[in-house]
Amino acid sequence: MSDAKAVADRLMKVKRLNALLTPPKDLRKSLSVQAAAARPTGVLYGMPVAVKDNICTLEFTTSCGSRILEGYRSPYDATAIAKLKAAGALIAGKTNCDEFAMGSSTEHSAYGRVIHPLDKTRVPGGSSGGSAALVGAGVVPAALGSETGGSVRQPASFCGVVGIKPTYGRVSRYGLVAFGSSLDQIGVLGRSVHDAARVLSVISGRDSRDATCEDRDPLRLPTVPESLQGFVVGLPREYFPPELDPAVRRACERAVRLMKEQGAAVREVSLPHTAYAVPTYYVIAPAEASSNLARYDGVRYGPRFDGAADLRTLYRTTRGQGFGPEVRRRILVGTYVLSAGYYDAYYRRAQQMRALIAQDFRNVFDRGVDLLFTPTTPTPAFKAGEKLGDPIAMYLSDIFTVTANLAGLPAMSIPIGQVKGLPIGGQLIGQAFLEDEMIEAAYALERVVPATDEA
Amino acid sequence: MGSGWETVIGLETHVQLRTKSKMFCGCSTAFGAPPNTQVCPVCLGLPGALPQPNGAAIKLAVRAALALGCTVHPKSIFARKNYFYPDLPKGYQISQHEQPLATSGSLSFIAPERAAVTAGIIRLHVEEDAGKSIHDRFPKATAVDLNRSGVPLIEIVSAPDLRSPAEARAYLLTLKQLLEYLGISDCDMEKGSLRVDANVSIRRAGATELNTRTEVKNINSFAFVEKALTVERDRQIALVESGGSVTQQTMLYDSKENNVRPQRAKEESHDYRYFPEPDLPPLVLTPEFVAEQQSDLPELPSAKRDRFAAQYALSREHAAVLTASRTVAEYYENVVHAGAEPQAAANWVMTEALADAKDHQEELRVPAVALAQIVALVKGGTLSHQAAKRVFGEVASKGGDPRTVAEALGLVQVADANVLAGWVSDVLGAHASEVGRYKNGETKLMSFFLGQVMRASKGKADPKLAQRVLEEKLAS
Repeated sequence: MSDAKAVADRLMKVKRLNALLTPPKDLRKSLSVQAAAARPTGVLYGMPVAVKDNICTLEFTTSCGSRILEGYRSPYDATAIAKLKAAGALIAGKTNCDEFAMGSSTEHSAYGRVIHPLDKTRVPGGSSGGSAALVGAGVVPAALGSETGGSVRQPASFCGVVGIKPTYGRVSRYGLVAFGSSLDQIGVLGRSVHDAARVLSVISGRDSRDATCEDRDPLRLPTVPESLQGFVVGLPREYFPPELDPAVRRACERAVRLMKEQGAAVREVSLPHTAYAVPTYYVIAPAEASSNLARYDGVRYGPRFDGAADLRTLYRTTRGQGFGPEVRRRILVGTYVLSAGYYDAYYRRAQQMRALIAQDFRNVFDRGVDLLFTPTTPTPAFKAGEKLGDPIAMYLSDIFTVTANLAGLPAMSIPIGQVKGLPIGGQLIGQAFLEDEMIEAAYALERVVPATDEA
Repeated sequence: MGSGWETVIGLETHVQLRTKSKMFCGCSTAFGAPPNTQVCPVCLGLPGALPQPNGAAIKLAVRAALALGCTVHPKSIFARKNYFYPDLPKGYQISQHEQPLATSGSLSFIAPERAAVTAGIIRLHVEEDAGKSIHDRFPKATAVDLNRSGVPLIEIVSAPDLRSPAEARAYLLTLKQLLEYLGISDCDMEKGSLRVDANVSIRRAGATELNTRTEVKNINSFAFVEKALTVERDRQIALVESGGSVTQQTMLYDSKENNVRPQRAKEESHDYRYFPEPDLPPLVLTPEFVAEQQSDLPELPSAKRDRFAAQYALSREHAAVLTASRTVAEYYENVVHAGAEPQAAANWVMTEALADAKDHQEELRVPAVALAQIVALVKGGTLSHQAAKRVFGEVASKGGDPRTVAEALGLVQVADANVLAGWVSDVLGAHASEVGRYKNGETKLMSFFLGQVMRASKGKADPKLAQRVLEEKLAS
């Protein structure tokens, strides 16, 4: 078990990353209290786990990287947090993120951007950028993030760590501050496949507080397989477009070769509706967000931006000043696509497209493919500010990850190489509730991929 | 006000379900607790909280739908109705929209002007209540009480089948009776457990088209239903007759002024942006579950009324009074089962028992068995009707066995001919001139003598026997 003080010291040393929102004093104090209370018999006894700021914890504030929840203390623990505590883990502070998890670079936090642990000019990815940066910097073995369209896998890829998004319904969302409820899942970032998987195993399983959480036992941790004999890995051609970054392509090709060498059968497959995934996502997620974020109105909690003469002004000033530009943009888009007269053209069509995208995956899996392998992101970590002025370019950095959220499938990113010191991630997409198979393949790949070499 | 107009009314009724806990969390639904004490992260809409559907509420909603003859759908969808208001903590209400729990039922009732009417029920859906905004508690500020936030409701939407304000009231009373019978709701308008909005339009008598309607809101009591709708109907008629036309808008009823005023434009024309609630899977009801609810339904008021009339040989009016509430109906049947003759039991329940209950918080204070004994004592000649009423009152306030009470009060009728003969002799002796007139053919004086005997006996004389003794003595 880690010494609480040592953990706190390590966290403080990487202050320059701006990855942690919890003040040092609070963190030190809480860690020693938690360490004293932790259950020695728990499977994660003493393991420090940093937690994204959009997951409710009794310790520390839960601000979702937003002004509108500045200083907000949750009166309850998210189910995932309660399960972590029951397993003896320590909540090692709250990590910076894009405001309400909306973003792919962690530049959209009201509390400043997070610095990439390996290159201060670059972004760590997002929206779970703070969690990815802390794990990438070797400060904590694992951290919780959340995904709506790739917010665990994309920063994991950028920061050279493992990131798992489980099947929709595998982990309770109770206490995860909602963004796009039909897409949201809590995910785990870990130093290794094992670290991520064992945390996932602890937080998974049924929860009566979340009606969308499946009535299933917690995920059983698979063992490291001898080989990949018997695995059929599909390579969806839509995920290897001509404009794919050459270094990313080379790293993927090497990973595929390594999987074949371990006995996997590899097949090219097609997911024909892939091109529609990003536009579909950017209708559904903002629509749900526009409703989910309606509760932040300054009436019951969070700062109230005062001077309001009447109710409308109170709403307008609180929400106008409390939300940042990206959140406001998405609320506007979401309100628009749900409006009378536009619902059928946008929201209903997006739901139909979502069904087609999910069907693409079923078709491939029905034809004997066990897993899909793709790049996690089209490029390695980009420069800070590079995509801030161009929302579409920013949205496209999730092009390979949003599909798994739309289809509700488990997916993970693992490091498969580097280019000019910047990590590259490879993505495995599994079948619903077969995280164990996906994790087995990841173990096998992790064992043979030289993550630190040039691809 | 011109005649020749027909009113067209449809009602949207919100009914609070009688569950212990709220629709999507475990908080209590009890009325009257201190503000904001029956709340949790879910019904406060705190960040990260999620709804968990209440099975008991679903059960009651399905029963209501079945009692209204609706088709209960095997799959219905919860939807979010989005709007901003301080007493709506999530910024949306969880309701049902495109696929409601149940559709196409009906409710039959007796309307004052048209006798038997069957109004269509378009839909019945489940939703959660909002909190309460309190505007008159603090000067220049509005307080919000979220105890009611998340309390389960059903909304019952009638077809525009009601033709007058009185008919709307009759529909509502019948609906209330049905829901109370089934234990679905308290239907207490004053406590807000039943709320009604009305869609009102007018047309020329005999016309079939539907004209522009207004929605009348803020009808807070049964007493105001008819008044509010009459005011709005009259307003529309006056408007159209003076060359104007009705605009579609929401009218708020003011019970103090007995008038309606249009809601400010700002307060209405919401685009609720309904979409399926992603936090809740579709509500799936198995045929077995629905069948079980159907078979668990108690006898409905109309069926009970018909049965009472037939089984106990009662008039329809009496049967209707006795079945108006389930409690009274059960009480009546218990009185009959305890041996009372049905018509006599009906008379006693409808007069003495209901009058007493009215003065005592609707409590039926005389046990059914005791009332049956009182009825039997009258029938057997032990008690006069007047004496029996006193016994009833005594048992109601102090309890006790009716016969013992009657004896203690000295009310048991005297049927002993010797005792009666003494009272008769006294009376005849004291009224010699009347005796003379009687013997001369003025036989209607018999009731005078009988009254005197009753007075002399302080009401204890058995009137039939006393008359026979009188006749004998006067004949001699």
